This record gives sequence, C-alpha cells and structure tokens, in this order.
Amino acid sequence: MGNSVCKGKTVFMDTTRIKSLQNSSTGVIKAGEHKIKSHLSTESQGLSCFTQDHSDQRDGREIVQGFLGQNKVMIFSVTSCQLSAQVKELFRSMKVSFCVLELDQREDRQEIQQALWELTEQRELPSVFVNRQHIGDWEKTSQAHREGRLQALLDMQEVNLSPDLYDYDLLVIGGGSGGLAAAKEAATYGKKVVVLDYVTPTPKGTTWGLGGTCVNVGCIPKKLMHQAAILGQAIRDSQRYGWELQEKVSHNWRNMRQAVQDHIGSLRFGYSKALRDSKVTYMNAYGEFVGPHQIKATNSKGKETFYTAATFIIATGERPRYLGIPGDKEYCITSDDLFSLPQSPGRTLVVGASYVALECAGFLAGLGLDISVMVRSILLRGFDQHMANKIGEHMEQHGVTFIRQFVPTKVRDEYHPYIFRSSEETVGVELLVYSSFVWFLQVLLAVGRDACTRTIGLDTVGVKINVKTGKIPVNEEEQTNVPHIYAIGDVLEGKLELTPVAIQAGRLLARRLYAEHSTKCDYTNIPTTVFTPLEYGACGLSEEDSIQKYGEDNIEVYHSNFWPLEWTVPARDNNTCYAKIICYKQDSERVVGFHVLGPNAGEMTQGFAAAMKCGMTKEQLDNTIGIHPVCAEVFTTLSVTKRSGGDIAKGGC
Amino acid sequence: MAALCKWRHRLKPAVFFQNAARRQLSDKHDYDLLVIGGGSGGLACSKEAAQFGKKVAVLDYVESSPKGTKWGLGGTCVNVGCIPKKLMHQAALLGGAVKDAQKYGWRIPSPITHDWLTMAPAVQDYIRSLNWGHRVQLQDKKVKYLNLKGSLMDGHTVRAVSKTGKESVFTAGNIVIATGGRPKYPTHIPGSLEYGISSDDIFWLKESPGKTLVVGASYVALECAGFLTGIGLDTSVMVRSIPLRGFDQQIACLVTDYMGSYGTKFHWKCSPSKVEKLETGRLLVSWTDLDSGKEDQDTFDTVLWAVGRTPETRALNLEKVGVKMNRETGKIIVSADEATSVPHIYAIGDIAEGRPELTPTAIQAGKLLARRLFGKSSELMDYDCVPTTVFTPLEYGSVGLSEEEAVRRHGEDGIEVFHAFYKPLEFTVAERDASQCYIKMVCLREGAQRILGFHFTGPNAGEVTQGFALAIKCGATYTQLMAAVGIHPTSAEEIIKLNITKRSGLDPTVTGC
Repeated sequence: MGNSVCKGKTVFMDTTRIKSLQNSSTGVIKAGEHKIKSHLSTESQGLSCFTQDHSDQRDGREIVQGFLGQNKVMIFSVTSCQLSAQVKELFRSMKVSFCVLELDQREDRQEIQQALWELTEQRELPSVFVNRQHIGDWEKTSQAHREGRLQALLDMQEVNLSPDLYDYDLLVIGGGSGGLAAAKEAATYGKKVVVLDYVTPTPKGTTWGLGGTCVNVGCIPKKLMHQAAILGQAIRDSQRYGWELQEKVSHNWRNMRQAVQDHIGSLRFGYSKALRDSKVTYMNAYGEFVGPHQIKATNSKGKETFYTAATFIIATGERPRYLGIPGDKEYCITSDDLFSLPQSPGRTLVVGASYVALECAGFLAGLGLDISVMVRSILLRGFDQHMANKIGEHMEQHGVTFIRQFVPTKVRDEYHPYIFRSSEETVGVELLVYSSFVWFLQVLLAVGRDACTRTIGLDTVGVKINVKTGKIPVNEEEQTNVPHIYAIGDVLEGKLELTPVAIQAGRLLARRLYAEHSTKCDYTNIPTTVFTPLEYGACGLSEEDSIQKYGEDNIEVYHSNFWPLEWTVPARDNNTCYAKIICYKQDSERVVGFHVLGPNAGEMTQGFAAAMKCGMTKEQLDNTIGIHPVCAEVFTTLSVTKRSGGDIAKGGC
Repeated sequence: MAALCKWRHRLKPAVFFQNAARRQLSDKHDYDLLVIGGGSGGLACSKEAAQFGKKVAVLDYVESSPKGTKWGLGGTCVNVGCIPKKLMHQAALLGGAVKDAQKYGWRIPSPITHDWLTMAPAVQDYIRSLNWGHRVQLQDKKVKYLNLKGSLMDGHTVRAVSKTGKESVFTAGNIVIATGGRPKYPTHIPGSLEYGISSDDIFWLKESPGKTLVVGASYVALECAGFLTGIGLDTSVMVRSIPLRGFDQQIACLVTDYMGSYGTKFHWKCSPSKVEKLETGRLLVSWTDLDSGKEDQDTFDTVLWAVGRTPETRALNLEKVGVKMNRETGKIIVSADEATSVPHIYAIGDIAEGRPELTPTAIQAGKLLARRLFGKSSELMDYDCVPTTVFTPLEYGSVGLSEEEAVRRHGEDGIEVFHAFYKPLEFTVAERDASQCYIKMVCLREGAQRILGFHFTGPNAGEVTQGFALAIKCGATYTQLMAAVGIHPTSAEEIIKLNITKRSGLDPTVTGC
C-alpha cells in the first residue's frame, strides 16, 4: 500500500563518508582507527531518525533494541562496506526512509555487534531490520525485495515504534498450565498481556480448546478415567462389604466420556473467565516469531495478525510422538485422541512403556477392556526401576498382557494383521513374527512426546533449541539465549514435565519480571504420582540415582510391604503395596528418595514431599506418630533395611 | 491349668515376703515385665521388652459388655475401635462409590441394598485373624500370654483371676498398666443400661441395628452415625452441647453439616431422659430439648451410647497399692516417662492421664518405655503434634493446634490462618457437593510463619495428613510449604497452594487448577 511512504515520512539517508574498503563483509574494524563525531546519519525531510543515543547506555542489547524500537527500517552498517552501500541504495530506490548506524564510527561497536549476533545469529554486516523484524544481510534483503516480502513488511500496519509502546508487555505462546499461570500472574501487576493458544488437530482430527495438555488430554481426563476404573474395583469390593447388586454391572464408555468431557468443558470455561477477569487478552491463533519482538498469529481461518511485545514466554508444551512406521498416523491414536473417542476403544494395543502408556493401559483394563502393552525395553524409564517393575507385575496380575521386547513395524487396516519385530533384531531386518499376529480394534501410541518448538519461528529470532530433542535450554531464570524470550513448562530441556512445575515456574517468572521478586523455581525434590491401577507416588531420587550420586555404601534403603485395611475384607492383593525410603547416611539419614505404591499414593506423597523440603530425616520419621489405620502410617514404622534382606511381609498392627 | 497350678504352688510362699526383701531379690521375680492389658500399647511394650531378652507376660481379659459382647486379644483398636470402624466406614464409602460409579459410566441395576449380615461377619472374620496374629506374634517373641484378669497386690505382685475364678499370683520386676477404657453408660437415664448398646457392641451385632439413635457427639458417636447412615440406615444423632469437643470447632461444624446433607439427622441441644421397650421390641426414647424445655420422643430399633469412655481402673486395686489417680477423670497420673506414683509401676495408653487416646501413641509410648526399662535408652515419648483422623463420612485429619487453641496461646494477632474451600477432582464428575471440603493451616504470624496446626476435611484425610504431620515435626513454615510443588491432580496439592488468609476476608474458594 505504501502508506508510510506517502505520508511524507519518507526519509532518505545516506552516508557520504565512504572510507576505503576494509573488512567490508564482517564490519569488524580494528580498534582506535578513527573517531567521527557523527556516527549516525539520516537522509530526511526534516524528520530525523532515532538519535536518542544515551551515552550512558552500556548494554549493547538495549542500544540495539532502542534503535529497533524507534525506527521502521534500521540498518546496522559499516561506512566502508560496499554491501552496506548497496542496501542503502535499495531502500533509497524504494523511496523508504531508513536509519543507519555506522558501527565503525562507534566506540561500543563490539557490544552492539555482540548484541546483534545474539539477537540474529548473523555476524555479517549490514544487518537490516524492518518493523523490528530481522531481514538479514544484503543478500537476504535483496532476496526479500525480489520476492516482495520486503514491500509487504514495509506496507504492514504501522507498528508502534516506541520501546515502551509495544502492543503488549508480555506475549505468551501457549495457553496451557504454565502459560496461563504466567499470564495471569503478570496481569495482576498491571501488565498488558496476551496469550496465543492454538491446537493443531491430531492426524485423527481431534482438537480442543484453551488449557493445554493437562486439562484437555492429560492429567484431568486421565485421572477421571482412572477414577472410573477404581470405581469398577470399588463395585467389586462393595459386594464383599455387604452391598447387593442385582445383576452383573457393565461399563458404558460413552457416558463416561461425556461426563469427563463436560467437566473439561467447565474447566475451559473457567480458564477463559479467569483470563477475562484478570484482563489477559486471549487469541485462539497459532503464534510464530517473525521478528525479535514480533509475532505472527494465524487463526483457524488462516487470517494473520501481527503483535509486538516487550517480553515473550514460550509455553507451547509437547505433543505425542508417532513412530514413523507405515500406517501409524493413519490408523493409530494417541493420548490426544483417547479421551474424546466417541466409542469405547475395545481391544487395544498400547505401544510404549511411558507413564502415559501404563496409565492409559491401566484404566482401559480397569474398565473391562482387553489390553496389551508392547514394550521395547524397560518400563517407566527415569523412574525407580524396582517400583516400575512392581507396577508392571501388578498390571499383569490384573489382566494386562505385556508384549515385551517388541516394536511394531507396520500397522494395517482390517484384513491385515499387525506385524511386530523383535527389538533385539538389527534395525533394517524385518523379522516377521507370524505367531504374534494379533488383532486389535485400536492401537494407542504412547512412545514419548515432542516439544512444539520447531515451527514457531524460533530460528527467526535465534532462540536456540536442542536440535535433537527440540527442547529449549534455559538458564535458572527460565531465560533462553535471547534475553527477552523466556520458556517454561514441557518445552524446557532437562526439567520435569509436570503441570504444577510449569505453573510454579510461570508464576515465579512473572513475579521476577514484574514484581521485583527474586525467587527462582526450585526443580529439586518435586513430587509426582503415576496413576497406574496401583498408584505410584515419588519424591526425590530413585534408588538407582541415589546409588550413583552417593554410592551404595552411603545410602540406606528402608522398605516395607503394606496391606491397606480396606483391601483386607475383599481379601485382595496382599503384599503388593510397598513403601520405600532412601536415606543418605552421611547426612543424619536425611531422606533423599520417597517411593510409595498403593491406593491414594498422590494424597500420601504430597505431605512427605513438603517434609522433604524441610529436610526430613529417618529419625524424624520414626518420631512421628502414625495415623491409625491409614496406609501412610507405614512410613513412621519402617525398620527393615533392604541391605539386611529382612522379611517385609505385612504382619498385624 | 496344670501349669497354672504349678505356678501357684511355687509362688505361694513368696507372697509372704516383705516388699523390701523382694526388691533385693528382683532376679527372682517370675517376670522382668508384666503387662496388664493386651491392647495396642500393652502388646507393643511387651514385644519390645522381649526383644531385649526379657521374660515378659501379658495379662489380657475382656469383661463382657452389658449386652454380653466379648472379644479376643488386641484391645479396643482391633476389636471394637479403629479397625472395625474404619472397615464399616469403608463399607459406607463403597456405597457412595457405587452411586458415583454410575456417573462414571458404570451401569448398575437398581435397587442397591446393603446386607449387614454380609458385612459384619466379614469384618469380624478379619478381626479374628488379627486376634490370632497377635497371639502368634506374642508366641514368636516369647511373650507369655495369659487370658487372666489382673489386679495389683503391691509394687511387684499381681493377682490374676481366670474366667472360672481360679486365682494365681505373679511377681514382676516392672508392671505396666495398659488396660485402656470402656464406653460410659449414662446410668442416670432409665433404660440406658438395659436397652442401650455401645461401641463395644455395634460391630458385633448379629443383625442390622436398624433405625438407630446415637447419643453423643464425640468422634465415636459421629463415626458410628456416619457409617450407619452410609449403609442406608435411618440414623439420628442427639447432641447435648458441641460436636467433637477438643477439635477445631469450625471443622467440627463442617463435618456435621456434611453428615446432615448426606442424611444423618441431628437433634441439637437435646438430652435423652428415658428409654423404654415397646411390645413390638422397639425402643421408645424420650428426650428434652434443652433450649425450649420441650419433651419429645421417637421410636428406634437401637440406641447407641457414645457419651465418652471410662478408664478401666476399677478392678486394678490401684488405690490400695498407692497408685495415684485423677479423681475427676479416673485416670492414672503419670510423669513424662510414664511412671506412676509407685516405683516400678507404669501406665501407658488411654488409662494414663493427659495422654491422647490413640493407638499409635500408645504403641510408641509402650515401645519407648520398654527401651528405657531394658534397652539403656533415655528417649521420652513426644506427645506434641500427634496427628489424628476422624473417619466421619467426610474425613477430618488434623495435627497440631486447633484455631481456638492457637488463638488462646498466641493471641488473635499472633497467628495467621490460611484456608481454602476446594473441590476434589473425583467429586466433579460424580456431581458431589464439596461445600465442606476445606483446608486450614494455622501459622504464627511473625517471620517465616511456623505452622502450628493443620486441618483437612475431604476424602482420604488420613493419608493426606500423615505427611504434613511429618513436615510439621520437621518445623515446617508456611514459606517452606509454599516453595513445595504440588502433585496434580490431588486434593493434597491444594494445601501447598493455600494463599488466602482468614484475616483478609477474601473468598477462599479454589477455582480451576
């Protein structure tokens, strides 16, 4: 449209002081070469470009951001550089005003160049920005010009070019637990906040609303369906406790699904209301960085809108991984689809041994379905393996079939059986185990999750990700390598993928950003619970990790089986529930690992996790009076060490 | 019996010895330790003592209840307390679960009915297995079990009477009294003893109690009324003054509100005046409304007295031996090391003055006492911050001070109360009302805000409370708790998210995750 050009704001600038060509391509100029009073020049009709270059600004980043914030077209250049001259000539020919900063004429060029590099990962000069968006060097700029992108950017709505006048103080990409917590917290400090949330439909077409994984396809529906399965057990137990049921009971998937989805719907409603109440703007649009401070938001109809913000938080989370074998996307479902399936999945193969896999297999079996789990190597990688195996045993005893050391190689539709390959075989050799042909009505993949970081323009702004995992490394303040871009939640490298962690990190981050707090998120001793049929609560180190960290001789493991009183009357599962603590002997037997398998493990674990924060020792455990008769009291009477090999079968009280 | 007779013959001359002489000959005692009362505390103490190679005997004898109910080894907890009450509470919870299950997609043809005659024997069978287990454990640990009723003769001598009235006498280096307590009957009310039952009987009834009036508002009263309502019986509770005396009163009200909303009827500020048996066999109970003075009456199948417990000291001959008691409570006065006023005689558990009447405290006290007596230990029992849980339909877990007590000790301005009304995730789909699910943390107001008291109502309150009891034992502060991370989705995570103070007057209802 060229509005900005016609508005009379067109400013031509030129640098006439062209020096001899040296180091033109890099713009690196040896120190002490020459000092020129005016390092900044404009070519204007009375309008000057940004000149408020406070000499006391020592931080290169701030200087760069300052220039970018106040100039629609910004060129970082070197007077002597031929390519810089060409860039200037290009904008002049387009009759577009621009501002040039000649780095060779500044004493702080090193800092500025460093800042430019951090921001753009481009070392060469010139470096061209339009609307704060990095275009690139001469080649990239001329290419953008040829492709019409440059013009489009220039034509774009006039962005507010004052640093304190970004559209928003904070823009959060991803409306999950972490993103929402950070956004709401920031808004309480009077900040202008926007949340972009968009759910790319699964290959099966499943999609959902605000709230992220936890609410829609994670913790909430899985715990509710787990509860449905637990209630199935309760119905069986109830008959031993005197309840008389007329006929055999059966489970109706559709009623459960509806009830669960209704609850999720009400949670979503609550979330959008909470956002409105806290005056956070919510956009149902896919956010993608197009410039260091600019986001392109694409809604479901393909309409693009651009937003700028001073600070960004990436909280896009993860989505389930596919196997990359024939038929997987076509025929398989993931946890993203399971909870909203219109029909009961029926006889199901669960592929994977992550907690997602075992939880799903557990509740499906609990609802009375025929469930098989295909496991390539070990159960619950990263968790205490002793506990993991006990969970597996319990599931097996309760009717789940484990197909161990196999991976699926192909999924076909009806009339074609699934083909498995032993994982011990060399990759590439397709060993068909014909005896293993099994029919399933549904195949649920739960083989891991991938961070949603590869298609949100992180390369454009230079945010580093782990190339292999897609995860974002951050410092202890959740800051990425680009200072004004932060990341929280499941996208973080080396952090726990848990809702409460993301919420805590998000809240604390907002407080540090806007309320001068200094508390950082503490990622140690974070409790978690796996809602398998036999629930598993854990806090602190696994036995393997504590041995590795402290050495086998320096830890003492106390353990015991226990039999929940409620299970005695139905006479089920004696000696399956298990409690274990790991103590560090050199530090007054401080408890460094807490593990429990049993009903309500989550409820049990929470308080002990709080106690671990307070430095709980074995002695303190022993001195605490139990609550009788509950499962958790077992932790106050642990006396058998694993080393001793003593009997841990449960006696009376 | 032959064995017993032999004992007697051998011991008879010893009775004539002077006490002083006996002390010098302490290695000549029949036992190093003799425990009167085979309940939680007594058994724990005797087994622990036997671990040190000591010669130990336990005398346990259950006097039938006025209704004629009897039971085996293990004391109140196992036979007529924690164990049966929690199992019957569980039966009631499962009734709720069956209803919930329908909301979770389970198709259950109605009507659903409860059969007392399936539940009670199942519970009783389990109790019998525990009785047996205790006997086996005593045998394994070489503790002599004697089904005899013991009474003191002097500081080292106990007279024991068998069921058939046969007497024997034992001497011991140390004697531990752990006879516990028994339910009180309001004998001034005509018909109370003849027609009423107590918690000693309820779990052993041969048929369903039917329409029941529970008199009292102790935790025993509310727990019993709760599970009776839960298994579908028409249940009323008659309360003279306040519910759950000694517990946080705000919580006590939540607990009774919840019971009310789930069908338990409450007669507040009423006192029964008489119980009569009608020709139909039903019981006509008359009572007075203490506020209006109005008389009222109704018929019930069962009247359950839960108006408190009396320490079981009558037959012990304590005064004669010189063991000091509190005249008001009838309990034995003990020092910090559980010693009574008579050397070598100790008292633990519900019989001891000022101790919490809880199984785990009795067990711990018994163990520590045995270790001090025989194991060269000097560790005393710490009766501070003992957690407990009331298994009413809405369970209530607590540890530390009630809000009232905290105010009394530290002043209203000295404490900060954080609280929240929350909704357990499981309640949502089940469409259960969660208006009484509540968390309260009473902290010091100054500094890092050390936690003084913790109160939680909701499902699995006991499981939730245990860990926090530990945290409080570790000196947890509000600040530390807030640095902890929640487990999602659990009810317990709401505790570490507490942020509304009572003082602020803000709405403490938790919304969303």
